[in-house]
Amino acid sequence: MSESKVTFEKGNVALAKAAVAAGCRYYFGYPITPQSDIPEYLSGVLPRIGGQFVQAESEVASINMLLGAGATGKRAMTSSSSPGISLKQEGISYMAGSEIPAVIVNVQRSGPGLGGIAPSQGDYFQATRGGGHGDYRVIVLAPASVQEMYDLTVLAFELADAYRTPVMVLADAMIGMMKEPLEEWVPQNPEPAKDDWAATGAAGRPGRRIKSLYLGDGELAEHNWKLAQKYERIRREETRVQIELPEGCELAVVAFGSAARIAKSAVDRLNDEGRRVGYVRPITLWPFPEEAIRRVAEQGVPLLTVELNTGQMVEDVRLAVEGRAPVHFAGYPPGYLPSPDDIYDEIVRRLPAGKEAA
Amino acid sequence: MHHDIIMAGFGGQGILMIGNLLAVGALRRGYRVTFFPAYGVEMRGGTANCTVTISDREIGSPVTARPLGLVAMNEPSVVKFGPRVRAGGVVVVNASIVPEGVLDREDVRVVRVPCNDVAADLGDPRLASMVALGAYVAASGVLPVDAVAEVLPEVLPEKVHRLIPLNQKALEAGADRAGA
Repeated sequence: MSESKVTFEKGNVALAKAAVAAGCRYYFGYPITPQSDIPEYLSGVLPRIGGQFVQAESEVASINMLLGAGATGKRAMTSSSSPGISLKQEGISYMAGSEIPAVIVNVQRSGPGLGGIAPSQGDYFQATRGGGHGDYRVIVLAPASVQEMYDLTVLAFELADAYRTPVMVLADAMIGMMKEPLEEWVPQNPEPAKDDWAATGAAGRPGRRIKSLYLGDGELAEHNWKLAQKYERIRREETRVQIELPEGCELAVVAFGSAARIAKSAVDRLNDEGRRVGYVRPITLWPFPEEAIRRVAEQGVPLLTVELNTGQMVEDVRLAVEGRAPVHFAGYPPGYLPSPDDIYDEIVRRLPAGKEAA
Repeated sequence: MHHDIIMAGFGGQGILMIGNLLAVGALRRGYRVTFFPAYGVEMRGGTANCTVTISDREIGSPVTARPLGLVAMNEPSVVKFGPRVRAGGVVVVNASIVPEGVLDREDVRVVRVPCNDVAADLGDPRLASMVALGAYVAASGVLPVDAVAEVLPEVLPEKVHRLIPLNQKALEAGADRAGA
């Protein structure tokens, strides 16, 4: 870390600054609320530092430009919000199949369809199940603060290169629009060499094909198994979660991103009041921190999953818990942003009876 | 300390600007801060509000159902947010356009300041929100008025820096009104 001046920054801008710091010089996108601060910022910066900013004619065009840039081995990014991310799914599938590294940002708004511009976590399934066609996964990072918009975006570029795979940063209108102190830092990990695979021009070497089409006998099965092994390696090595489990924990809240921030106030208040409430915040949504959650359940701690939707991540929590502990759910579909009081009440009515704080 | 404030009014009244000022003022005095804006798809003439949270420990939620303070620049904001303010809190009401009696509460301190009129006297009606911020800071004691004035150069866009002394006067005028 160097130059530790703290600024007061919007989440979207923090993310855009992180992309530049991580060496991203190519951005392709199409405007949509609530993420347009990202292209706005990058349109001012990238052309001045030798990069390219393209406002494409559509989301479909921009994701395919990203595919092309990623295939050359350059760090590149696109960003959009829920309806726009739906349009990009075909390209993401092609990138996963072609093992092209790139960063895709979804600052979620609400759906289905055009929905609205309010914060939502309705795209959890789409993000964590691949989203497009075919048997693939996308690494999904879920920032819960402006600082994490920066930190996890840097990480997204590093993971994309390390595993040659598309990585998604899954934020939402709340994390994208809010402002918090930001400490920018300069990434120290060098960008890995890509001259063993990237389309860098075939002068002096045989040509390469970066593709997702496999028609030869057995080729595609082999390719899918190769991808599966990669995803297994990612599961083992890249799962990230924040866990705060007090001694004698009575119940633990599981939440990510904006819902986790709101829930944290409720958890803190209950612990101040003498209850013992845990806090589990998945930072990677895929790979999902199932081991960590299973260990909490094995101690007999009931879980309350809180999401800004009608119940998506709770399915992964239940799969991780496998019946070892009760899994409750509190959901808030778009249009009503819950307050800490709402979540406080949800926790209190699930706490074991007869153990009221003094 | 944990202090959360909702600031609300018409779009274009400078609500988000004063929210930013308060947040950055607190940040530079060493506090943790969050700023969360909410506005409709409309711009000028629509509604705008933001929540500023100032704390000496890590802040969870940037949103709150029951703030400790409210700055209400128009009547709909008093109606919507006034009843939610926690007992013992401070409510600054723009008395220039909000009639008396809109908020009937004994358990909060209601500070009525004719922000538009004070701003007009200073020579620029756009200073109304700055007057309200000065009044809120002084009435609540959340920060010294200086803490906000000091960050004017950081928060205001450079093209309006020549107006910093005038903005400072507006803050002070608001603070004076709150003390009266």
